[in-house]
Amino acid sequence: MGRYVIRRLIQAIPVLLGATLLIFAVVFALPGDPIAALAGEKRGNPVVVALLREQYHLNDPLIVQYGYYISGVFQGNLGRTYANVEVSQIIAAKFQVTVNLAITALVLEAIFGVGLGLWAALRRGKATDSMILASTLILVSVPTLVTGFVLQLLLGVQLRRWTGGVEIFPIAGVSDGWISYVVPGFVLAGTSIAYLTRLTRTSLVENLRADYVRTAVAKGMPRRRVVGRHALRNALIPLITFLGADLGTLMGGAVITESIFNIPGIGQELFRSVHERQQPVVVGIVTILVLVYILANLVVDLLYAVLDPRIRYE
Amino acid sequence: MSDIRPAGPLDPETQQSEALDQVAPATVPDTAQPGVPPSAQPKTKKKDGKPASLWTDAWYDLRRRPLFIGSAIMIFILVVMAIFPQLFTSVNPYDAATCQLIDARTPPSAGHLFGQDNQGCDVFAKTIYGARVSIMVGVTTMIVTALFGGLLGLIAGFRSGATDVILSRTTEIFFAIPLILGALLILVIFGRGNVWTVMLALSVLAWPMTFRIMRASVITAKNQDYVMAARALGAGAGRIMFRHILPNALAPVIVIAMINLGGFIAAEAALSYLGVGIQSPEISWGLMIADARDRFLEAWHPLIFPSIFLSITVLAFIMLGDAVRDALDPKLR
Repeated sequence: MGRYVIRRLIQAIPVLLGATLLIFAVVFALPGDPIAALAGEKRGNPVVVALLREQYHLNDPLIVQYGYYISGVFQGNLGRTYANVEVSQIIAAKFQVTVNLAITALVLEAIFGVGLGLWAALRRGKATDSMILASTLILVSVPTLVTGFVLQLLLGVQLRRWTGGVEIFPIAGVSDGWISYVVPGFVLAGTSIAYLTRLTRTSLVENLRADYVRTAVAKGMPRRRVVGRHALRNALIPLITFLGADLGTLMGGAVITESIFNIPGIGQELFRSVHERQQPVVVGIVTILVLVYILANLVVDLLYAVLDPRIRYE
Repeated sequence: MSDIRPAGPLDPETQQSEALDQVAPATVPDTAQPGVPPSAQPKTKKKDGKPASLWTDAWYDLRRRPLFIGSAIMIFILVVMAIFPQLFTSVNPYDAATCQLIDARTPPSAGHLFGQDNQGCDVFAKTIYGARVSIMVGVTTMIVTALFGGLLGLIAGFRSGATDVILSRTTEIFFAIPLILGALLILVIFGRGNVWTVMLALSVLAWPMTFRIMRASVITAKNQDYVMAARALGAGAGRIMFRHILPNALAPVIVIAMINLGGFIAAEAALSYLGVGIQSPEISWGLMIADARDRFLEAWHPLIFPSIFLSITVLAFIMLGDAVRDALDPKLR
């Protein structure tokens, strides 16, 4: 197990290096001179400009700059912005917000996706099943952009009108604690809920047909226990893979949701940094997202062994 | 053809009904039978007695699917709308004279079916003209990613060894970068975005999806007996690759390309909404949503109508992808 984890982490290094180099090169190509921008309208003092360029290694070729950056990353240092603020300091607070949003989305996804999929599988071929499948098709098709604004309109304006000004689900900002993440989390998870519902249904239907389920039914086990202990547990493996891989997608896709609901997360920060030419922040955020993606996939692989005793990592 | 059939189902009937009701349970007719062996579908045989190929089989199956017919009609209307928008509206939204600022945010009326937006422009005409950008970005991105990812996937799957390792590792790098964020960065480099830059930004990040499917599919096809037979008969690598493997490995790639198309259309709207995609005065649904958002509490119609069209377009392509998947490969589900 330990050796497997180490091997996987070593395998992840080229992916991390490649992805960060790619982003570094793209950000390097962004138009505009960040040091000149610091001075605003005026021309900066040439001595100061030269010093700053030296300090941020801006005179070196791309690959040397990248070398400085990545050696810093491996020491846990994401560098400094051109305004001399630690990048990690800027990202930390925003990162927490996006993690909260992504986790809310993941929890909603697991509850609705597995719940609806389970319901559809148990009512296979009946009207409930058809209804659930038709609604997943619609859920997949409506873009985040649309669900976001429609829910804002319905919950923020219409519902508030009926309840007489009392806000049940906040639809902007994060000042109300966890409840303020519910609507944005649902919007973020929308498409994934639909995919997870279909996956749960397919996986469960397959397992309900398996021999061990027939045996369990034959020996008189209550249905609840057959479904819960036998079918669902075995059906869970592809679902865990999906959820794990989805964490990265959710965090990366949060930029739209954060913009609609005015949530101060890393998506919004990245968007602002791109426009303000704060290259170190942009590269830092993407580096962290790539790390999240890699680690989430590793955790998923390790969870396999817990769920399925047939899988052993040597 | 054997490689795309369900491998030895114990009970073809249950497998069959199972396969069907996963997609359009209430609407699938009894005649649609994608997984039944060809011998059970005598109608699909050609008149000269040759057994039906995968494609004729699929076409026969598709024509009987309400899901396919419905989405095909919707896509046909949308494509006509994209090419000849003037058929649907006499107002030319690119002509600034048609906008009356004094009528800004007027709700829908007989003269302006979808009302007027913040600039007093006709929302109906703009929505109709907006189809062009969405369809163009979606279709071109699909073609580019399918060709590029498909070709590399074919090479990687066929060659294996070092070529495969290098290409597969490269795709892993691209997979680790979130689509919208990566596309956002690329578009900022280009400065003013347009249909082609959006297409390029999405293609750069999305080709690995096609690559993976094609590679897996080629590896399956490569180990079939007919490839060995072709090799034994002295066929060259190029001939085996394009004449024997490619036609048999193509089905899953076409399916994933169709399903991705809807995603590309949604991504274009998202990027235009963020201000890095299509730029005004060009008309795009994402841009219309972005313009309408600031005042949408006062006037919801400039936001809702492009949203509806956007959703219907994505829905149509995803439905088409679903229908084609069921017809081509029951196993992919």
